[in-house]
Amino acid sequence: MASSMQDVAIVGVAESDIGVVPDKSKFQLSAEASRLALEDAGLSIKDVDGIFTNIITEGGQFSSMMMAEYMGITPRYTDSTSIGGSSFVVYVEHAAMAIAAGMCEVALICHGSTNISDRGGKGGPVSQATDVFGPTQFEEPYGISTVGAYALAAQRHMHEYGTTSEQLAEIAVATRKWACLNPKARMQDPITIDDVMNSRVIASPLHLLDCCLVTDAGGAVVLTSLERARDLKKAPVQLLGSGEAHTHRMISQMPDLTQTAAAISGKLAFERAGLTHGDIDVAEIYDSFTITVLLTLESLGFCGKGEGGAFVSNQRTAPGGDFPMNTQGGALSYTHPGMFGIFTVIEAVRQIRGECGPRQVPDARVALCNGTGGTLSSTGTIILGRD
Amino acid sequence: MTSSTLPPLPPLPRPYQDTAAYWEAAREHRFIIQKCNNCGEYQFYPRGVCSHCLSSDLAWQDASGRGEVYSFSINYRAPHPGFADKTPFVLALVTLAEGPRMMTNIVDCDPDTVQIGMAVTVTFDDVTEEITLPKFRPAYTKVR
Repeated sequence: MASSMQDVAIVGVAESDIGVVPDKSKFQLSAEASRLALEDAGLSIKDVDGIFTNIITEGGQFSSMMMAEYMGITPRYTDSTSIGGSSFVVYVEHAAMAIAAGMCEVALICHGSTNISDRGGKGGPVSQATDVFGPTQFEEPYGISTVGAYALAAQRHMHEYGTTSEQLAEIAVATRKWACLNPKARMQDPITIDDVMNSRVIASPLHLLDCCLVTDAGGAVVLTSLERARDLKKAPVQLLGSGEAHTHRMISQMPDLTQTAAAISGKLAFERAGLTHGDIDVAEIYDSFTITVLLTLESLGFCGKGEGGAFVSNQRTAPGGDFPMNTQGGALSYTHPGMFGIFTVIEAVRQIRGECGPRQVPDARVALCNGTGGTLSSTGTIILGRD
Repeated sequence: MTSSTLPPLPPLPRPYQDTAAYWEAAREHRFIIQKCNNCGEYQFYPRGVCSHCLSSDLAWQDASGRGEVYSFSINYRAPHPGFADKTPFVLALVTLAEGPRMMTNIVDCDPDTVQIGMAVTVTFDDVTEEITLPKFRPAYTKVR
């Protein structure tokens, strides 16, 4: 049994079919990713005694019960923490605590979504609400959308720090270069800063190419004790440190539009890992929008507040740059099934294992993942390393 | 014109325990805000307790209706069918003179003239007979 959270390892990762997958349900995508992640680990579904998922069910709740039932398992540890796309990064911390405390031995984190097929294969609005109950009645009647909320943060950051649309575009361009090295990525054609600037404005100052994709996909991550991990198929990837936080639910209540909860969760993760920013070889930063990345890099402390625009300039985060980031192509160019957090973890593990082929960051030993959920509301930060 | 040819409405608030007084006031073109009798802080949105000290001893006050734009975004895509005939519209966060921040729309002006820091004042949009949404317009605009 693990005695501390650092005695826990990620032993299996996988994604399902991704892209536009109209013939499979979100539950099947989640379950198939789970099967593949367990195969990656050399484990079977019968070994799983802890489940962590926030798959969107029709009633909007009971996610972990639904997925456990679907896969025919009876967990003794269950977690449906629902804080948006960051949930799946936070689950790594929760699973490590559960394993370290002896509450379960093999933890399965899984997600599946048919976000694009549910909309008939096209992006665009999904809200059909006519009657808003609860505090969101102070936002929805004014036309809030996810992109609109993040646009408010981008506009404020530009106002306070002089950040430019070109600087945000640097992130989209660099991320696309990584996608071009990943055959599984949905977008495979290089783009330029002009392409981003000339794409249509969805919610000023954000352009279409500042926004993540809408896709179908499933993903899964398997954890167990480091001791047991050493007997499994792949080299264990150790959890070195983690943190979680949320500052608000609704963007109108966000204390400071230019700083996310990553200022809290990141600090905790670095402290618990006993590492500093210079130790990070590769960063997987949830990129729901280009501005999400910029705010996160500042909030995590990779650069000072207001310096994010300069930090990402000159394609610093692209292949060959000195800050490799979102190396699978990110939510901007690889996949984004409504919630992306699990895919940051999957890629970080593959980078540390050295499995990434043409997009492999040379000698990547330590990776940081940061998930963001809601409308810049919640974050989970984990730092992973080789055993 | 039959009702089936009218454009769909945006999602509208369903008043509940915490918010009924606010929406009732808005219907009467009054903009009110909660102040805590225990700690003296204002809060927005309305709650059953104070979000600063958790006291239930809250009082409604007429707000000044003044504020300034904290951030905004010109939205070109309708997030809901009810906005299809309203694009582009200005989604904004306004910092009220009393301190709290709220989401709203900036109306009665060219969207391209909206700026952060701009002084704005409340105006009332009677969306239905039951629901009026407080919105904001530039403070220099004459009242219609």
